Amino acid sequence: MSEFISKMTSNQPVFDDNDPQDELITLNIGPTHPATHGVFQNVVQIDGERIVSGVSTIGYIHRAFEKIAEHRPFYQITPLTDRLNYCSAPINNMGWHMTVEKLLKIEIPKRVQYMRVIVMELARIADHIICNGILGVDTGAFSGFLYVMQEREFIYEIFEEICGARLTTNIGRIGGFERDFNAIAFEKIREFLNRYPPVLKEFEEMFVRNRIFIERTSGVAAVTPEEALDYSWSGPILRATGVDYDVRVQNPYCSYEEFDFEVPVGTTGDVYDRFMVRNEEMWQSLRIIEQALEKIEKEPKGVFHAEVPDFYLPPKEQVYTNMEALIYHFKIVMGEVDTPKAEVYHAVEGANGELGFYLIHDGGRSPYRLHFRRPSFVNYQMFAPMSAGMLISDAIINMSSLNVIAGELDA
Amino acid sequence: MENSFLLEKLQENFPDKIVEIPDAHHLLTVLVDVEDVIDILRFLKGSNELQFIHLTDITAAHYPHLEKEFAIVYHIHSLVHNIRIRVKVFLDGPNPEIPTATVVWKGANWMERETYDFFGVNFLGHPDLRRILNVDDMDVFPMRKEYPLEDPNRVDKKDLYFGR
Repeated sequence: MSEFISKMTSNQPVFDDNDPQDELITLNIGPTHPATHGVFQNVVQIDGERIVSGVSTIGYIHRAFEKIAEHRPFYQITPLTDRLNYCSAPINNMGWHMTVEKLLKIEIPKRVQYMRVIVMELARIADHIICNGILGVDTGAFSGFLYVMQEREFIYEIFEEICGARLTTNIGRIGGFERDFNAIAFEKIREFLNRYPPVLKEFEEMFVRNRIFIERTSGVAAVTPEEALDYSWSGPILRATGVDYDVRVQNPYCSYEEFDFEVPVGTTGDVYDRFMVRNEEMWQSLRIIEQALEKIEKEPKGVFHAEVPDFYLPPKEQVYTNMEALIYHFKIVMGEVDTPKAEVYHAVEGANGELGFYLIHDGGRSPYRLHFRRPSFVNYQMFAPMSAGMLISDAIINMSSLNVIAGELDA
Repeated sequence: MENSFLLEKLQENFPDKIVEIPDAHHLLTVLVDVEDVIDILRFLKGSNELQFIHLTDITAAHYPHLEKEFAIVYHIHSLVHNIRIRVKVFLDGPNPEIPTATVVWKGANWMERETYDFFGVNFLGHPDLRRILNVDDMDVFPMRKEYPLEDPNRVDKKDLYFGR
């Protein structure tokens, strides 16, 4: 006792600050924590406010899509891809359609390609709105989030006009689209191009030169390009480190090579750079949509799918009156169409990075093996190692800027 | 850079160890032995001429009808020359083993954990080979073909009822 009292009254600290094992607390961040924006868990050891080490546990919403896909015909796999990155479902849908079209060697008309570009870029904007808006919320700026969220709502209205659904869109079909964009859809896309820039400008002004935001994000979770490549990063967070890898440029699909746009890159790879890269990508997406609208004008009107009756369902009214249409309908639905035996890897630039589909096909009705290369899954593995030594609040905004979508993480 | 040049380079450095598998989509696919795979991956990454610095994906496929049941598939991307390569390794079942690629790319960590989780492929030397998406106490590897997704007694989806 006297030893304790002498320790308490002396100038020596009760706990040894230099001992890292002293007084560590285990803290669960997640699985249902507001900061994770999804269902996944991090068990961290903290010393005061600093993280000493962490372990990520994922798989809480694993739905075995790869297994299910082995039992489904191609057109029934599209709704599964919706549920990967549900913030930008159309990109996943299009990526899957293009994978199958690559397997079947279907040539897509230019107009359809441009329509797909529009849909994908709208989805990219919607996804970046979520990420950057919520990054703002996590740093304490709530109103910017609300401003841009309204525009995301408008993007969903456009999707609704195009395909009837908002979040899990199941947009398009193998070979094209299920229907042409109607006049209201075109009108709304044009309206979006007019109304979004001032909102984005305002949003930008709230953050870009905001001292609080800069101090919260600048230099936080900085990653070197070497580290990022070592961990197989892709997408905006890789570009924030200064590596100009964009699938749209390196392996163009959907005629992206015809579009004039820039790939923004950062320098330090910190949270601020990731914010800025995503922000600039939204401006570039607007440019791409504008160009796509111009290009569509020059293409023959009314073309919304390739002429591939073997794979593209005939109009329903013809199925009841036209023998040929009935046969094709039956063959497609029952999976009686011959398909080549091949392996395909197709990648698209998802909102979070390289979204790849690796399809092994043995000529049957469903894929022999389908693997999704999910950017969130690959990007997120660096989170726990890089959090060591970080403040909890910094780790939270780091997680936010990685934009990990639980659906894509777990598949 | 052309596929033929890449193949030539590989065959030059690993004579008789590289077998090309024809691919309909111009992605160079090579078949290698499990003993050489890490050396080849290291060479692809480290070679100044090739610079395959980006590991895109590691996954597996199960072919129960083949003598070597499991295929491990690496997709690697040379960002500098904008060319991709697919490296395949076939392994014996039912307990396939292969050295880990985490010594070449740290990003291989979770990809290999996922492959282990679903196919039961043991990546020798992996720092933390645990299940990742499934629950820890699961005792099967669900992506293997012997585990049916649906009730195996269901007949309405059997091919023989559709004349094939």
